[in-house]
Amino acid sequence: MIDQLKRAYAIAKKDVRIYYLRGPVIIFGVLFPLFLFMAFMIGRDLPVEFLIAGLLGMTVFFTSTSVTPVIAPTETQTRNLERLAACPVSISTILLGDMLASVLFGIGISLVPIIVGMAIGVTVTHPFILAMGIILAAFCFSAMGLIFSSTPTSMTSTVMMISTMVKFPLVFISGIFIPIGELPQWGQVLASASPLTYITDLCRYSFQGTNYYPIWMDIAALVIFLIIFMTAAVKLHDKSLPKRL
Amino acid sequence: MGTMNAIEVDNLTKLFGDFTAVNHLDFKVKNGEIFGFLGPNGAGKTTTVRMLTGIIKPSSGKVSIMGLDVRRDPIKAKQIMGVVPELSNAYTELTAWNNLQFMAELYGVPKKDARQRAEELLRKFDLYERKDHKVRIFSKGMKQKLILAMSLMNDPEILFLDEPTSGLDVMSARLIKDMVLELNKEGKTIFLTTHYMEEANQLCNKIAVINHGKIAAIDAPEKLKMKVGGLEWVEISFNTPVDISDFHTMPGVIDVRMSGDKLRLYTDEPGRMVYQLVDYSRSNDLEIVTLNTLTPTLEDVFIKLTGDVK
Repeated sequence: MIDQLKRAYAIAKKDVRIYYLRGPVIIFGVLFPLFLFMAFMIGRDLPVEFLIAGLLGMTVFFTSTSVTPVIAPTETQTRNLERLAACPVSISTILLGDMLASVLFGIGISLVPIIVGMAIGVTVTHPFILAMGIILAAFCFSAMGLIFSSTPTSMTSTVMMISTMVKFPLVFISGIFIPIGELPQWGQVLASASPLTYITDLCRYSFQGTNYYPIWMDIAALVIFLIIFMTAAVKLHDKSLPKRL
Repeated sequence: MGTMNAIEVDNLTKLFGDFTAVNHLDFKVKNGEIFGFLGPNGAGKTTTVRMLTGIIKPSSGKVSIMGLDVRRDPIKAKQIMGVVPELSNAYTELTAWNNLQFMAELYGVPKKDARQRAEELLRKFDLYERKDHKVRIFSKGMKQKLILAMSLMNDPEILFLDEPTSGLDVMSARLIKDMVLELNKEGKTIFLTTHYMEEANQLCNKIAVINHGKIAAIDAPEKLKMKVGGLEWVEISFNTPVDISDFHTMPGVIDVRMSGDKLRLYTDEPGRMVYQLVDYSRSNDLEIVTLNTLTPTLEDVFIKLTGDVK
């Protein structure tokens, strides 16, 4: 078990070296949420705490889902996957390694809106909850990215297209631009099915002290989504790996 | 350990939908052997190697590596193998050194040993000067040498090489073949898949020929050549033309063919045939210009067994 964890860490280090500066990671993980946020923020008279909390939720979502979908198709194309599959590591170890790289990227980039927020005078009322929420969400969204990358293709663009199709609608139903309480009934039901809702709620609580769901429910929801996503990712990759060789 | 089988394959089958890629394979590879695995394209070689190395799961059957069930204990079994997959690649965005260290980490090799081993291997493969260069700029031969070095980072007991010299220049191929022999001398068991008959002939103690997912023959190279009897022939030419029908009636002749000014007599007994031909030349007052006995090559065996040529 410890051996496999060490090996997952080795895989994560490799991913950091190779994939952080890849075009799709920068475009979908950094530029995309920034532009999307600016498009919604400009011209709207919303409190800065509300905006920063939304931006943070969206950043952790986009960054954490941008690394994992790139790895599997790229390694299929570059024919590294068979070499990796021949090593004494399980599918779960490979995925855990990829997830770790993605989590670190998600957390690292998420520090930017926090620092920007603090620089313009926003205070973090609940830093511990915020840190825990971001870490948990980064794991959860990275596992979600692994599900996208289980498509047995060597085309990164195909995986990115699928992931964008899912990610975009989630942004609109997760209380980032419109508070959940102001959504119609059906919107609120939809919002509860999105993991992004819960991290956004945690961010609002951390910055503004207001929350829609109880904090324990936000955390429990993120943990449940993480378990579901990771279990599904391991099963799907186990099935798709032979098709990639 | 000495007499133990390194690899035991029992009733191994792989289905892809309705297609049977590997059909109830049974064979054993002895410890310390170089085992050649030959077959035409699409015969099921790579699928078999992938099952032996635990990369894909068999539909049915069992593979044991040094007594470890690959299906039940994949991690332990993989730990003692070195693998050079057919179309694999090193990480081109990493340096040669980092690729080797990454392998060491995946096999749990302690850091100090990993550094020492990487240095040794890089020197052995003449890559040490390039250790800090990204693999992206390596030639095909250099990449293949690095991939072989990567497979040796864990000091494996069994080495699986799937077409290791495919597409390489003569020097690189030779270096890899020499390395295979050297590793075998050190006691490593080698499972070699190759298209090159001469390579298999030179390197392997035992060869299995696979066709349509089944083993067509399995034996030592020389024994395999003998098994395909009737392919031996005596080639003779005389100073004046002769009547071909004289030879059909000679005892032991299976077939007679003209090949340019030479006669080819197919037989199971080339030694006896030579005596008869000498007698024939004396009694007909003919002078023998050339006389050669030819045994089948591994390629002849392969072609006969895989039935690609009439």
